[in-house]
Amino acid sequence: MLKDITLGQFFPGDTLVHRLDPRTKLLLVVVYIIALFSAKNYVSYALVLLALISVVAISRISVKVLLKSMKPLLFIIILTGLLNLFYTQGEALVSFWIFTITKQGIKSAAFMVLRITMLICGTFMLTYTTSPIALTDGLEQLLKPLKRIKVPVHELSMMMCIALRFIPTLIEETDKIMSAQKARGADFETGSLLSRAKALIPILVPLFISAFRRADELAVAMECRCYHGGDGRTRMKQLAYAAADVVAMLLGVVLLTAVIVLARFGL
Amino acid sequence: MKPILETKNLTHTYGAGTPFQRDAIQNVDISVFPGEFIGIIGHTGSGKSTLIQHLNGLLKPTSGDILLDGKSIWSSKAFTRQTRFRVGLVFQYPEYQLFEETAYLDIAFGPKNMGLSKDEIDARVRRAAEFVGVPEENLNKSPFELSGGQKRRVAIAGVIAMEPDVLILDEPTAGLDPVGREGILANIREYQKKQNATVIMVSHSMEEIASNVDRLIVMNQGTVAMSGSPREVFARAEELIAMGLDVPQMTHVFLKLREMGLQVDPSVYTVQQAKEALLALKEGR
Repeated sequence: MLKDITLGQFFPGDTLVHRLDPRTKLLLVVVYIIALFSAKNYVSYALVLLALISVVAISRISVKVLLKSMKPLLFIIILTGLLNLFYTQGEALVSFWIFTITKQGIKSAAFMVLRITMLICGTFMLTYTTSPIALTDGLEQLLKPLKRIKVPVHELSMMMCIALRFIPTLIEETDKIMSAQKARGADFETGSLLSRAKALIPILVPLFISAFRRADELAVAMECRCYHGGDGRTRMKQLAYAAADVVAMLLGVVLLTAVIVLARFGL
Repeated sequence: MKPILETKNLTHTYGAGTPFQRDAIQNVDISVFPGEFIGIIGHTGSGKSTLIQHLNGLLKPTSGDILLDGKSIWSSKAFTRQTRFRVGLVFQYPEYQLFEETAYLDIAFGPKNMGLSKDEIDARVRRAAEFVGVPEENLNKSPFELSGGQKRRVAIAGVIAMEPDVLILDEPTAGLDPVGREGILANIREYQKKQNATVIMVSHSMEEIASNVDRLIVMNQGTVAMSGSPREVFARAEELIAMGLDVPQMTHVFLKLREMGLQVDPSVYTVQQAKEALLALKEGR
């Protein structure tokens, strides 16, 4: 059950998309999101969709995996679609009870669902093709200017890196503790909501304790290796922009400009 | 004698239908008889943990079946639940599962889930604590205040308090000092004798296995590679070593002696047996 979580997972590979500098990818995701929200009509949507499809194709991430990862968010997508469908004013097509479906409603619902789906797919492409370490590295580099105004950039990215690293560990730990309590007759599946919530105590207490223990051990291990924050720290893998990054960036700018221009003409 | 616990063609596949699909165990057939002390050995990833989690119904087999007293443990929901109580499973590092305010309440968790009366729970908690050597005054302390060895004992008592017919332990002595190890093993032997219970123990220490068990099951790559008395299994020491497993120190010594040309039986695995074998050899000359 817990193993089915694909959120934030990384699929290693050696494609053009995987090899791009993480900073480029982070910036491109921002550009992609702005373009997606600037898109107003068929042509501009098609353009953004085309960009997404080509990135997915190049990265060789299977469409099935991508669609499967949308599952936890399906509820939000459907809800947004329905709200748009029923609450958009305009020319009524069908109406029953208190609901009225308008022509504009259908259109805005379709666009909204498409927009959210593309938003999720696009951001998932970032985490699917970038290792967590590369991602935090890239983020730290991008946010470096904020250090001037005393934002602890290095510390924040180190915290994020550690958090990402320990997600699988904690999932495994939860699985183990659950099995152990089940072996003593704990029951998580039946009973009222209250008794089911109570049944979580035997899992949560050991889980918190072990998380604190791990944090403590990790802190000691880091100090033993003389970790003292980001000052003067060098990296094994230096980030460097390559020709592909420049091309990707240019394509991103072209996409954004095209979408904005098209939106101006109402396309 | 009829076996108390049996597996029939037990197969478990992890991640079926994904690229990570892997058979953890394949066609495992074992029979466990009442009152036996069985040891399971095998290196990491040989399927030991997967196998024992099937025996009390924590994992559902991909194919095959597990029988408790001749009845499939998956035959009804109620029987699966009953199996959890009749086949007690102590996980590796069980002290990490402690959660209650006091050691007493933690040991009582299992019996409480069984729906026993208050008096019965109290009697069982005290009995279990005594069995594993948790002193009275520790019962009212928080389990997190206790020493590592005491925590482990409280956790084991939590399973023993359910008074299972079959007690399964996954490396119960891992990470303990030699005195603590022997203490816990003595408790387990005592439980087996007094309750006439069946004990299955997974261990990496060949010495521990050799001096405790009646029968030995060797797992290798998800299948049962050998099964028999320690003497029978250790007689095939070369095969064990080829599987990447260790053999008791005495077996090592006798293998070496035979290599040097002495006519000795390499299945010797305790100091006592070694003494007898060497004396016999001397008198034979």
